Order: sequence, then C-alpha cells, then structure tokens
Amino acid sequence: MSNNETPQKTTGLHIGKAEPGCKKNDPMLVIDHVKKTFGGLTAVDVEHLEIPKGAITALIGPNGAGKTTLFNLLTGFDSPDTGTWSFLGKSLSGIPSFKVAQMGQVRTFQLTKALSLLTVLDNMKLGAKDQAGESIWKALIPGFWKKQDKDIEVKALELLKRFKLEEKQADFAASLSGGQRKLLEMARALMTDPVLVMLDEPMAGVNPALTQSLLEHVLNLKKDGMTVLFVEHDMHMVRHIADWVVVMAEGKVVAEGPPDVVMKEQAVIDAYLGAHQDTDLGVVTGRIDTINEEKNK
Amino acid sequence: MDWGTIINNTLAGLLTPTTIAFALAALGLAMHFGFAGLLNFGIAGFMAIGAYGYAISVLTFGFPWWLGMIVGILGSIGFAILLGVPTLRLRGDYLAIVTIAAAEIARLLFLTTAFTDVTGSADGLFGYNKAGGFTDANPFPPGSYGFGPWTYNSETLWVITFGLGVLAICVWLLWALMRSPWGRVIKGIREDEDAIRALGKNVFAYKLQALIIGGVFGGMGGIIYAAFANVSPGVYVTSITFFIWTSLLLGGAATIFGPVIGAVIFWTLQAFLSNILPELSSSGILPVDGTQAATLRFVLVGIGLMLLVIYRPQGIFGDKREMTFVK
Ligand SMILES: Nc1ncnc2c1ncn2[C@@H]1O[C@H](COP(=O)(O)OP(=O)(O)OP(=O)(O)O)[C@@H](O)[C@H]1O
Ligand SMILES: [Mg+2]
Repeated sequence: MSNNETPQKTTGLHIGKAEPGCKKNDPMLVIDHVKKTFGGLTAVDVEHLEIPKGAITALIGPNGAGKTTLFNLLTGFDSPDTGTWSFLGKSLSGIPSFKVAQMGQVRTFQLTKALSLLTVLDNMKLGAKDQAGESIWKALIPGFWKKQDKDIEVKALELLKRFKLEEKQADFAASLSGGQRKLLEMARALMTDPVLVMLDEPMAGVNPALTQSLLEHVLNLKKDGMTVLFVEHDMHMVRHIADWVVVMAEGKVVAEGPPDVVMKEQAVIDAYLGAHQDTDLGVVTGRIDTINEEKNK
Repeated sequence: MDWGTIINNTLAGLLTPTTIAFALAALGLAMHFGFAGLLNFGIAGFMAIGAYGYAISVLTFGFPWWLGMIVGILGSIGFAILLGVPTLRLRGDYLAIVTIAAAEIARLLFLTTAFTDVTGSADGLFGYNKAGGFTDANPFPPGSYGFGPWTYNSETLWVITFGLGVLAICVWLLWALMRSPWGRVIKGIREDEDAIRALGKNVFAYKLQALIIGGVFGGMGGIIYAAFANVSPGVYVTSITFFIWTSLLLGGAATIFGPVIGAVIFWTLQAFLSNILPELSSSGILPVDGTQAATLRFVLVGIGLMLLVIYRPQGIFGDKREMTFVK
C-alpha cells in the first residue's frame, strides 16, 4: 500500500506557526475552553481548537486521550462542564444531538451502530433528511411520500454500490461482517448530505484489503466538498490521507500540524510512544509497514 | 366429562367482546414493544384509564356515549404523556418500572374510597352504557343471532360489531404507520436510538408518539371491555398486563396481525382450560379441588410465557431474526 500514489494534500490551512490552538484560514469548527470531567478525571480540556474547512483532519492520541469524549461533546451526545463551540459560525452549546446532525454535522461511532434488525437498504434510507413520510400524519397517506421514498432509494442504492454493499441491500444489517458494518455506517451518514463528517475510528477491525477502499471513500468525501474529522490509531492511514493532524493527550491538545511535521514533534513522541522513541511513528502503528519491517529483519 | 360443553365454551371464546378488547390492548403493546422497543408493563393502566374515562364522563358529567369514549381516549393520551415525558429520556428499563408503578397507582386511585362518588370504589361503575345511550345506539333489533357456539343476543352482537370496527381501524392504522418512513424511524429507534439521533431525528418526539398511539389502542381496549362488562378495579390488575404480554409474544411482537391472533388464541385457551381443569378435578383425574384447578390455569399461563420467551421469542407469526431477546 505504501507504493500507492499519495493523494493530493490540502495545504496552507493555518495562519502563523502550527502550534496547539493555532488559527485556521477557514475554520469549520471553533472550540473554546471546552472541559469535561468524569468525577475526578478530566477527560477533555481543550483551550482553543479550530478544524479547517474542506480538508481532512485527523485526531490522534493514545487510548483514553479524550478523542471520543470530544466527539460526543461536539455532536451534542454529551454536554461539557464549561466551554463553547461553534459550527460554521453558529454556536452549538446546548443544541441537542439530532439538531446538530440536521445542521450537517454527522458522526459515526467507535462501536459501530448498525441497526441490526433493519435491512441494509432501510438503514440507508433512514439517513435521508427532510422526509415527508417521517411525520406521523403524512405517514398515513402514501401519496405524500411514495415518490420521495423512491428517490431516496435510488440515492441509497448508488451509495451502496459505491461501498460495494448493493448485493446485501435486502439482508438484515445483523448479517454483515464487522467491516461491512463500518462501511454501512459511513454510507448511511452520507445519506444525510453532511458538510462535516466525523468518523470515530473508521478503520478499527477492518481488514487491510478493505482499508484501501475505505481510504478512497474518505478521500472522495473531500473531493465532494465535505470536511472530514476522523479519529484513528492507524498512523499509516493518518499519514496517507490527513491534511492536518491534531494530537490529544490526557484531554489536551498537545500538538497540531501537517502529518509529516507533527509526527516528528517531541510532544507527540512523548505522548504517543513512550518507550518506542527512536522508532518511526508509522512503523509502530501502521500495520502494513510493521509487517514488512519484521520480514526484513 | 361433558366434552360437548367444553368444546362449545372453548369455541365461543374465539369471538367475544373480551377477546376483542384484549386484542386491542395487545396491538397497543405491539406498537410499544414490538416496533418501538418501549417496555410498557402498565398496559392494564391504559385500559383502566380508557374504561373509567368513558364511564365517569357519562355517569358524572352526563356526556353521551361517544363523547365519553373520546374522553377515555384523551385520558389514555394524557397518561402516555405523563409517563413518557419524564422517562423517555432515560434508559429503557426505567419506563418498565414507571409504567408498572403508574398502572398500579391508577388502579388504586380508582379503588380508594376517597372518590367513591365518582369511581364507585370497589364496586366499580355500571349503567353507563344505558345512561350514555350506547345501548340504544344498537342497530340490531332484539333477538338471537349467529349459530352454534357463536350465538349472541343483540346487545352482545352490537358490542362485538362495534369492537371489530374499532379493531379494524386500529389494525389499519398500525399497518399504515409501520410501512411508512415513520415506521422505519420507529424500528430504528428500537435498534439503537443514538444511531437515529446521529441521523438527525428527534428520537424523543418519535418515542412519545409511539407511546401515545399504543396507549390509545390500550385505552380503546378498556373502552370496548367496558362497553360489555361493568367497570371494576379488580379487572385492571398487573396480571392482566401479563396476559396481554403473553398474547403479544404468542402471536409475534413485531407483527401487525400477531397480537390480534395471539389474543384470540390466548383467550380461547383460557376458556378451554377454565372448562376442562375443573372437570378433570371433579372426575378425579387431577388430584386438586375445583378452586385450585381454576387457579392452575394461571400457573400454566406463566409456564407458557416462559417457554415462549425461551424457545420462540418471535411468536407464531414473527420473523425469527426480527424479534429475539438475545441480541
Ligand atoms: N461515560 C464515562 N464515564 C466515566 N469516564 C469516562 C466516560 N467516558 C470516557 N471516560 C474516560 O474519559 C477518558 C477519555 O475517554 P475517551 O473515550 O474519550 O478516550 P479516547 O481518546 O476515545 O480513547 P480510545 O482511543 O481508546 O478510543 C478515559 O479515561 C475514559 O476512561
Ligand atoms: Mg475513542
């Protein structure tokens, strides 16, 4: 995979020095003083963070760094102790999760949430926004929603084809493999026509053969004009597709910058690697490279 | 043993106002549990509110029968909102605890002597069908209708016809809703409400709507029951809730006709057992006395419910994959 063409990176995202909390030219998400504690434990404590628009940003950090918690806060699935954040200039504090999603900020979950006992196609159709038939009164009269439902189905089938799931459309989502569920969840999120896609570990549990196509899907999101923020432990993927990397440790943002620069920073190495200080970061966590490395030894 | 009577009484159980009333209640539970995943253990409470709403508004406020029934329906909507607003944001099990408690509270409020003037306390209420004009609205002239085990006088026939009409409307409503995109959201919520939230749907509003619709079905069940028998607090006990659950699971929780057919099978089976068990005891086959034999059927219901949940959780009509308790 390393001999694949490197995708076109988006550059010139930040203003001034690339340091934690640095300003972006065109921020989509702006986070200020967001803090969340669980009992005595401070899970998230972000002073200032801006997520650039139209780019792929990776959020990395060791286990328990607070990445998922930050996702939950930003999408309204959890509320912070203090702090404010805004999406495209609109403050999101106190906005319930479903409204956040309606505004175009859609997320996936670290623990995949396929709707097991619905068919794959129904999973997809649920993603579509503004469905007349989802109002209880209009639901009773198919005339209100039949045509829209057909259009939604066409769109869903297109996406399923792109994600190589169209043969599974009539099966219950429960029958999908773990990796296929990840794909389904991502495809379903895209049904909402999002502007910001937040993926929590899209690669976890996905086999290397599928990784390649997932990478392409994420890159396509950017091509289609969406902004992507993803959490990932696979450094190979981060380096390959991210335009910008934000590093968290113990709830704080400890570094940010373009991938090749940030991964060499001392703060990152300290936070992330501990004992492996002299090995290249990609080797430690990037699966493929590690295997090659071992073969070469 | 008098097999003729036993078979006759059993077959009669297929179509009675009671069967229709419990089919409606089971349909309500199908909406709640089968489709929306809401654990409602207070369906007897919804029935009680419907029945008392109807009877009280006729007897105390002098409403005509149809307005009284509408009050009963509004009462069950109110009950659904009262239960739903504080609990639907919490984890599913809380709704189960709150509904079972609320149904008991409702029953005890109807039973207490504090409101005897209005509720009739332990005696319950009667005479409202006549006073409200439901009896007079009967289009069937007096006489005997039907054949064999299904022979009814004109009053029973009227309740059965009315009840079947209501049941048909409710079945249609549930079917129409569940095939729509609304139904898709409801089933999605049953699977994982956070996933549905993440797709921009107002999960709370959908759950409340489902709770209200199922509650209205339950309330209608109570009203149909009241249109035939007296309203008595002894009916709306927790064991009734479990009978309705058994009917639902028997037929298939996530189906439209399952709960209806489940209720029919359940009440027919009840009629059969309540006829055959005392016979078996009096002819010395069962080593228990008559009263014990009558209670034995409830033991059998309990065992049946357990076997059902363990070996056939999807019920008779359900798709094995769609409704299992082990996820
Ligand atoms: N609901 C909760 N209650 C208590 N503590 C929590 C809760 N959720 C998260 N935490 C704690 O907050 C910290 C951050 O957790 P979080 O899930 O955000 O980490 P993460 O960066 O996503 O880690 P991973 O890479 O393993 O997914 C952890 O120490 C975790 O134990
Ligand atoms: Mg996480």
